[in-house]
Amino acid sequence: MSSSMMTLIGQATLQTLYMVLISGLISGVLGLALGLALYTTRPGRFLACPPAFLIISAIVNIGRSIPFIILMVAIVPFTRLIAGTSIGTNAAMVPLTIAAIPFVARLIEGALNEIPSGLIEAAQAMGASPWQIMTKVLIPEAKGGIITSFTITAVTLISYSAMAGAVGGGGLGDVGIRYGYNRFEPVIMLITVAILVIMVQGIQTLGDQLVKKASHK
Amino acid sequence: MIRLEHLSKFYGSGQSAVAALQDVELHVPEGSITGVIGVSGAGKSTLIRCVNLLERPTSGKVWVDGQDLTCLDEQGLRKARHDIGMIFQHFNLLDSRTVYRNIAFPLELMGLDKAAIQQRITPLLELTGLTDKRDNYPSALSGGQKQRVAIARALASRPKVLLCDEATSALDPQTTTSILELLREINQELGLTILLITHEMEVVKSICDSVALISDGRLVETSRVGPFFTRPGTELGRAFLEDFLRIEPPRSLRERLESSAPDKPHPIVRLVFNDENVSSPLISQLAREFELDISILQARIEDIQGHTLGLMIAEFRGSPHQIQTALAHLESMQLTTEVLGYVE
Repeated sequence: MSSSMMTLIGQATLQTLYMVLISGLISGVLGLALGLALYTTRPGRFLACPPAFLIISAIVNIGRSIPFIILMVAIVPFTRLIAGTSIGTNAAMVPLTIAAIPFVARLIEGALNEIPSGLIEAAQAMGASPWQIMTKVLIPEAKGGIITSFTITAVTLISYSAMAGAVGGGGLGDVGIRYGYNRFEPVIMLITVAILVIMVQGIQTLGDQLVKKASHK
Repeated sequence: MIRLEHLSKFYGSGQSAVAALQDVELHVPEGSITGVIGVSGAGKSTLIRCVNLLERPTSGKVWVDGQDLTCLDEQGLRKARHDIGMIFQHFNLLDSRTVYRNIAFPLELMGLDKAAIQQRITPLLELTGLTDKRDNYPSALSGGQKQRVAIARALASRPKVLLCDEATSALDPQTTTSILELLREINQELGLTILLITHEMEVVKSICDSVALISDGRLVETSRVGPFFTRPGTELGRAFLEDFLRIEPPRSLRERLESSAPDKPHPIVRLVFNDENVSSPLISQLAREFELDISILQARIEDIQGHTLGLMIAEFRGSPHQIQTALAHLESMQLTTEVLGYVE
């Protein structure tokens, strides 16, 4: 394999990592907030607000039901507004982030649902404010589940980012499709797939270790 | 210290509303331990959760330390709750925090700094015997230790009132005893007013000063613990006591018991002795003075916070006239007697 090819793959790897990292961080923060909103506004919870819950829940469901490849194309004007362009790595991060937010939100909500309601009640009995319950009870107690959610999201983002490659998003998916698939170069295809596998393995292992460290059960 | 006035709680509304509490009146004097006892579903959990407004009553007032909690806004209520500690059946400790940080939790909520928190926690660890467990996580503790942490946590904010929601129901008998002793100690040393709910007479017997009996959302009987155990005023009170004391004629005898039959002259009598007469040799006196043959079928002595309660089921044999006189004599000696039935 030529050295220019190796450079290409190296760059693509960095692009993929960059896309996953940035869109992961932004969707992680926003998804966590949305997940908390879903959890706390559900009827019966301490910030119960059925209209808000129904609206957020509907938005999240809609967001999760649109196939990523369609979402990517559908929001091109929005992407252009944010990134200034609709092709390239920076542009790809916009749909990646948008797609991941509702995904993270549902996972986080699921993680929060695992917390025994007695803990929230105890905190309320001690005079905790809703904000204190979120920061001192919900997030720390669900830490393991939250890390698991982020791990799953990161892995999903890697596969989505490969899809983004199909429409000029850059990264390993792009290289795989252009060189491996279109030019039928099996070695390049294998290398890109192998790097993606290693990335997923690495993220999963790191996530599992963090969960283990966070858990005191 | 705690006063519940015309407290009612309904779930749902209109026709389908279900009453959990109806017109409950309860007064818990400062420094006392009051127990609310009832079967599951009687409303005791709703009652105790109304005291710190975890459950908002439909109507009525909740006075704690001279303040009507039902009038407070969210912020005022949060502040008032710092003065009301609470412990739970399932402890509700934060698994992500060590023993020390669990106890620190309410103090963090109040905004105390680290030094002040440490100053408060050290004596609490000592009081609850957890000094060597301070850096353990709850998962490494036994049920009794977890409840001790919960007690220390409840005391950290220096509350005036402690609410105990079935605090010993998930514990084994020995651990229950040690937790109850700790609560008693806290009550006496810190002068803390305690309101507890339970379905166990054992708990009422060992630490409560007063007891309130709840049934179908209503308080049916309120009494000092001593009189409650010697002469409960309601059918339900008697049922609880009976279940607790488990003294009743053996099955074989019960089957032969007749409520009244002239041809079955021998009464089966239940006697309840109290402090004044529990140590007098009454049975042998009766036998001598009234020429009775008395066979003791069952007997038991209970110590209720320094008061002695004796129970006996005995068969009286003798002339009907003498038996009547003997029973009258016992009544005059302040014994509670009850003829359960007659046998041949």
